Amino acid sequence: MKKAFPFLAVITALLVGYGFYLGLFVAPTERTMGDVQRIFYFHAPSGWTAFWLFFANLAASVVYLVKRNLKADALAVAAAEVGVVFCTVVLVTGPLWARPVWGIWWTWDMRLTSTLVLWLIYVSYLLLRRFSEGTQTPILAAVLAIFGALDVPLVYFSIWFFRTQHPQPVIGGNGSLDPAMRPAFWMNVLAFSLLGALLCWGRYRVELMRRQVDEFEANASLTGQSPSLVAKPVYREVAR
Amino acid sequence: MNSMWTVTLATLRKDIRLEWRSKDALNSMIFFSLLVVVIFSFSFDPLAEESRHIVGGLVWVAFLFAAVVALNQTWARELRNQVLDAYRVSPAPANALFLAKALGNFLFVTILEAVMTPLFVIFYNLHVLGPAWQLIPVALLGTWALVVNGTFFASISIRTRSRELMLPLLLFPISIPAVVAMVESTTILLTGEGSARFWIVLLLTYDVVFTTASLGLFEMVLQAE
Repeated sequence: MKKAFPFLAVITALLVGYGFYLGLFVAPTERTMGDVQRIFYFHAPSGWTAFWLFFANLAASVVYLVKRNLKADALAVAAAEVGVVFCTVVLVTGPLWARPVWGIWWTWDMRLTSTLVLWLIYVSYLLLRRFSEGTQTPILAAVLAIFGALDVPLVYFSIWFFRTQHPQPVIGGNGSLDPAMRPAFWMNVLAFSLLGALLCWGRYRVELMRRQVDEFEANASLTGQSPSLVAKPVYREVAR
Repeated sequence: MNSMWTVTLATLRKDIRLEWRSKDALNSMIFFSLLVVVIFSFSFDPLAEESRHIVGGLVWVAFLFAAVVALNQTWARELRNQVLDAYRVSPAPANALFLAKALGNFLFVTILEAVMTPLFVIFYNLHVLGPAWQLIPVALLGTWALVVNGTFFASISIRTRSRELMLPLLLFPISIPAVVAMVESTTILLTGEGSARFWIVLLLTYDVVFTTASLGLFEMVLQAE
């Protein structure tokens, strides 16, 4: 399993590079928006990746609460962190595109607002993990993850209704994607999903290692040995 | 079931008695929301006709911030003398404790709203143009929405390093749909423009979802070690 990691990393790098090439050079230039529309090939795939990572966070949290498996908890941390990164990419690339196209950086439109609220919920999840300590952290965090996931449909409905009552002029329906643009789009969806999986996996392994190191250090301090003596072989063993 | 209500009522009665004798939470909440009323009055013309569109949001922001004051005190009292640990080893159902705390907070925040609403009416020269009776279900459902999650998250934040700081950071993002619903329905009822029915249904859904989730997961939080 561990040997698959560099293999996957190479594939991901190739796909991200190819998706980059397709998005910037092969896909036709959009008629009205011009080249700035190409941000879309990175914006939308990042959004998808963030959503499935948040979903993975929920699934891992439920598994943790049911089975009390610490690996599920490590996966939940990894998925939430990487998900927040991709969600941040969505929130940053969106305004970069909106400024030349809509003339404004931000509008309190339904999709923008609900993405921002989603980001806030998962940042609060990461904050809770940072500020709580000891063995209770995984339980508290998993419980919060479930609350956050339950909140998502309510956020969506409330903002949807809020915005249909106060129509905003700027956003129109995206319409359909031109067939010539589809390869670039789907290649980037695939590449970004793989990149998300890769980062999540890497973060997951780092998290497991960190926990093992903590455990060995705690044991070492109990037995009175110097932690560096005990922990060093462990780093090597895990990293192999 | 019977024992659950006995424990709930006993804990609730204890909390009400403590609050009645000290009035810590109520006094600080009322003074806090009074400050919010006064400070907000400088940010726009409070007597203008258009301020009707803002006051719905303002009222709930004041109540939300004030409620955090009371919510933070919910569990702090039980940490002293290891009351919470004693509760954990006792055979009393965890949800009885949660319900008692949530109902107690609900009562305190409702009292706060009953005291503060007349002040808002006077200071911002309000008259309700929509069906005024609908403000009652909005207030009750909205208060429960804040309080049920607030009580739950207070039990989480009390376990963290930065106790008081953590509660709003957890509570506010999750409360956004409820806050939107409270603010919108109050604005609709104050201005008389449109129907608040969708928002009341949304609040009800929010309450049902999160009351169920809290009752389902509270025992795990209480026993988390």
